[in-house]
Amino acid sequence: MAAGVTARDEQKTGGILLALPAVLWLGLFFLLPLLIVLVFSFLTRSQGGQVSLPFTLAQYERVFDTFWVVMQRSINIALLTTVICLIAGYPLAYFIVRRRSNFGKQFALFLVILPFWTNFLVRTYAWRVLLGREGLINSTLINNGIITEPLELLGTEFAVLLGLVYGFLPFMVLPIYASLSRFDFRFIEAAQDLGANDVKAFLRVMLPMTLPGVVAGCMLVFIPAIGTFVTSDLLGGTQGLMIGNLIYSQYNRSGNLPLGAALSVVMMGVVMIALLIYARFGEAKE
Amino acid sequence: MNDIKVELIDVVKEFPIQRGETTRFRAVNNLNLDIYDGEFFALLGPSGCGKTTTLRLIAGFEQPSSGQILIDGKPMQGIPSFSRPVNTVFQDYALFPHMSVLQNVMFGLQMDKVPRKEAEGRAVEALEMVRLPNALNRKPKELSGGQQQRVALARAIVKRPKVLLLDEPLGALDLKLRREMQFELKSMQQELGITFIFVTHDQEEALTMANRIGVMHDGNLLQVGRPEEIYETPATRFVADFIGETNFIDGKLVSHTAHEGVVSIDDETTVTAMIGADQVANGQAVSVAVRPEKMTITAYSDTPPSTEHNIVHGQVAQVFYIGTDTRYAVRVGKSALVNVRVQNTAAHHTTFKERDTVTLSWERSVARILTH
Repeated sequence: MAAGVTARDEQKTGGILLALPAVLWLGLFFLLPLLIVLVFSFLTRSQGGQVSLPFTLAQYERVFDTFWVVMQRSINIALLTTVICLIAGYPLAYFIVRRRSNFGKQFALFLVILPFWTNFLVRTYAWRVLLGREGLINSTLINNGIITEPLELLGTEFAVLLGLVYGFLPFMVLPIYASLSRFDFRFIEAAQDLGANDVKAFLRVMLPMTLPGVVAGCMLVFIPAIGTFVTSDLLGGTQGLMIGNLIYSQYNRSGNLPLGAALSVVMMGVVMIALLIYARFGEAKE
Repeated sequence: MNDIKVELIDVVKEFPIQRGETTRFRAVNNLNLDIYDGEFFALLGPSGCGKTTTLRLIAGFEQPSSGQILIDGKPMQGIPSFSRPVNTVFQDYALFPHMSVLQNVMFGLQMDKVPRKEAEGRAVEALEMVRLPNALNRKPKELSGGQQQRVALARAIVKRPKVLLLDEPLGALDLKLRREMQFELKSMQQELGITFIFVTHDQEEALTMANRIGVMHDGNLLQVGRPEEIYETPATRFVADFIGETNFIDGKLVSHTAHEGVVSIDDETTVTAMIGADQVANGQAVSVAVRPEKMTITAYSDTPPSTEHNIVHGQVAQVFYIGTDTRYAVRVGKSALVNVRVQNTAAHHTTFKERDTVTLSWERSVARILTH
């Protein structure tokens, strides 16, 4: 008995030792900066882009007042991106899972991952080429006489949405694919046997049973989408300005660190809410 | 009892062996079968014989390549599984893991838009019927295999289907529980009066439970009949071999009438037996099938017990004492080993030893001539 206890104690200390590098790393480079951001967000901007006392809630007032429009837009665009990715991604994942041959599955998955071979920035620039006033889409439409004046595609919310859906779709497809490939399609037969048509079988059986993948996919799309600044910067202009661009400019251009910090904290709050939803539904697997 | 409930007419089901290829695997071959109202019908056969495919065709999970299926006289072609008046108990139960027991059982009723209160009442009733009234809010994974089986059964009968399809429902249970469930299923079927179509590879299960049995092999329905018909008068060598234990003594048909035939086993021995196969011809190689328990073993003797008896001589190769019975493996002629089972009584108790010369006898009427 005594030996067992000792062994367990050793295991315990061994576990702590093994975790130490990670704990130090996270503490030093994640928790501490996070705390700094949190403290900064309650401070006042001083001359030369520094921060100083007194503590104030003024930055938060500005966030919820002046900049709430941007916050709102970011949430909307991120939500819309998530919904579109889900609507497009679930059927795609289903299509891949239902390939009969293993090669078919692997090849389809390969195609989903293929865009990652090119840098995200380059791919986003490619959209500029496609969407610009003299871009491929406009010139094709004009040459075919469908329109006479070029459409304003670039510098719109639409462009941002397009870029985000394009960029994040794989993050939706892959977790749903993982969930669906574990799903036993005989449950669909069982549902049909009991009188469920295809829609009901999907809603009552397949969707609930693959919900963890759906929720994981939504998180993986929503969280980076709400914080994006590359896509919105390159494709959105002022029309598609998002919270990420605002934070970026507070830190790098305006030098208003407290405001940037407050914006960051509020954004993290939104992400936290999303994560809580994930914890509630995503982990609810047997 | 004589209304036809399910009718299969020339049903063929072919699957492509590989996608794009033209060669196809015929899982079900020209199946013709009538299943009557209120009957407990067992489809029996080894794995891969097409019995599960047949069940899936009736359920509507597969469509026949050709032929027709009628339920209650209505053609089922084009009718999706969710509109057919049948329910299925799946081999691995397929209980929805994210729903409670009650929700699982209510599911089918909700699909039919039965009001919630009524659905709940009927679900509870069904669970009482399968003797599982106290697990309403448990999840399927919290239940034992036997309990899951009961939930699957309740879920299928709660909709009061005209036909209940059962795909090896007892396969995952241990022997003791299986026996118990066999009995319960049988009495439940009698109580409900629903037609049961039961797929199994377990011949004992089929014999115990079914009113009639259909034996399948390689996509063909070989024989349909009451358990005692299947056992006593098998139509093919496969049926005789698959159901129970049978000795096959190979020989050549010398002469035959409509019912009986004479088979020569070797140069000196001929036996007479009933003709079991559809068609036979003199000179054809045939097997004489005799059940081990239908044979009598005696010390060497040249006189048959009666004119209705066949006798063959042999040498005891092995003796197995198995409690209630003693089993002798007797070498007859040059190669055939014949099993004989004798009940151990006060009079008979492993009388013979290895290498004893013995005579086996059996009545003509219990032996059947079958083709290969």
